[in-house]
Amino acid sequence: MAAEGHGGIDALSQFKLVPVFGHLGETLHISQANVMMAVAGVLTLLLMWVGMSPRAMIPGRLQSAAEMSYEMVLNLCVEQIGHEGKRYFPFVFTLFFFILFGNLMGVFPLIFTFTSHIAVTLALSLFVFLLVTFVALKEHGLHFFSYFVPTGIPVVLTPLMVLIEVISYLSRIISLSVRLFANMMAGHVMLEVFGAFVVMLGAAGGIYLVPAALSLSVNVVLIGFELLVAALQAYVFAILTCIYLHDAVHLH
Amino acid sequence: MDLASAKAIGAGIAVIALSGVGVGIGHIFAALISGVARNPAARDRVFGLAILGFALTEAVALYALVIAFIILFV
Repeated sequence: MAAEGHGGIDALSQFKLVPVFGHLGETLHISQANVMMAVAGVLTLLLMWVGMSPRAMIPGRLQSAAEMSYEMVLNLCVEQIGHEGKRYFPFVFTLFFFILFGNLMGVFPLIFTFTSHIAVTLALSLFVFLLVTFVALKEHGLHFFSYFVPTGIPVVLTPLMVLIEVISYLSRIISLSVRLFANMMAGHVMLEVFGAFVVMLGAAGGIYLVPAALSLSVNVVLIGFELLVAALQAYVFAILTCIYLHDAVHLH
Repeated sequence: MDLASAKAIGAGIAVIALSGVGVGIGHIFAALISGVARNPAARDRVFGLAILGFALTEAVALYALVIAFIILFV
């Protein structure tokens, strides 16, 4: 994966989908992305199930992790959406942990990051968008469309403002999906580029070993940064979902 | 000018957007520091907001980076 013929770095081949499980996987179109999504779901279930099974008064480490993550997402929902937030807690919790495990697993070498594909993140953000619109229509009926009409502006400007509001409402799909996808993809390309530097400079030997060691240390720092970004982007996705749900429930 | 050098120059121009992001992130943390200096008790609450703002601003940098990558590698 390191280098091509004319010195270019093949940074994007790591995102290629390949069929797994041999012939059966090829017929059913199962790629490593599908497998990792299933693994993310199973890991979330395991964290909750195994973590909470002792039901100890004084929680152990795993139980603490399970309880704290539950409380964190619940607080997020209640703080952002208000008292009605408890209704949307299961949705936000699922979304947060699906993305979090997808991102975190991707930091490990040789494991595919399914959140680095725009198809996956766009599907997630479309799901959020449809839910938000559905909730808003259910709560407010046709009164929901007053969301697009800002108050306290000159009447002449209203058509323009409505247009801008509609566009900004629709662009949530793109901004939500591209943010997650770009973070994950850019991070992994950066790791790949610096990894390729290490291989190419290390192969040259001699004085080139100094920049090779430098690139390696940059890569180590980058992995730590990627861990931060992985958690942060899952959080950002969850909090923005909550903010959108707040708008849907309260209209402004 | 051949295609390869035009691509390299284009990718370089695309990441000029990072200068704006640098200013933005600087603003966020400058505001965080002065806020915490004035009211240290608000640290926990303000820090979360700052990190959220940081993540949102950093995403803009990554949009530019993705465009540069698309020019270079796709």
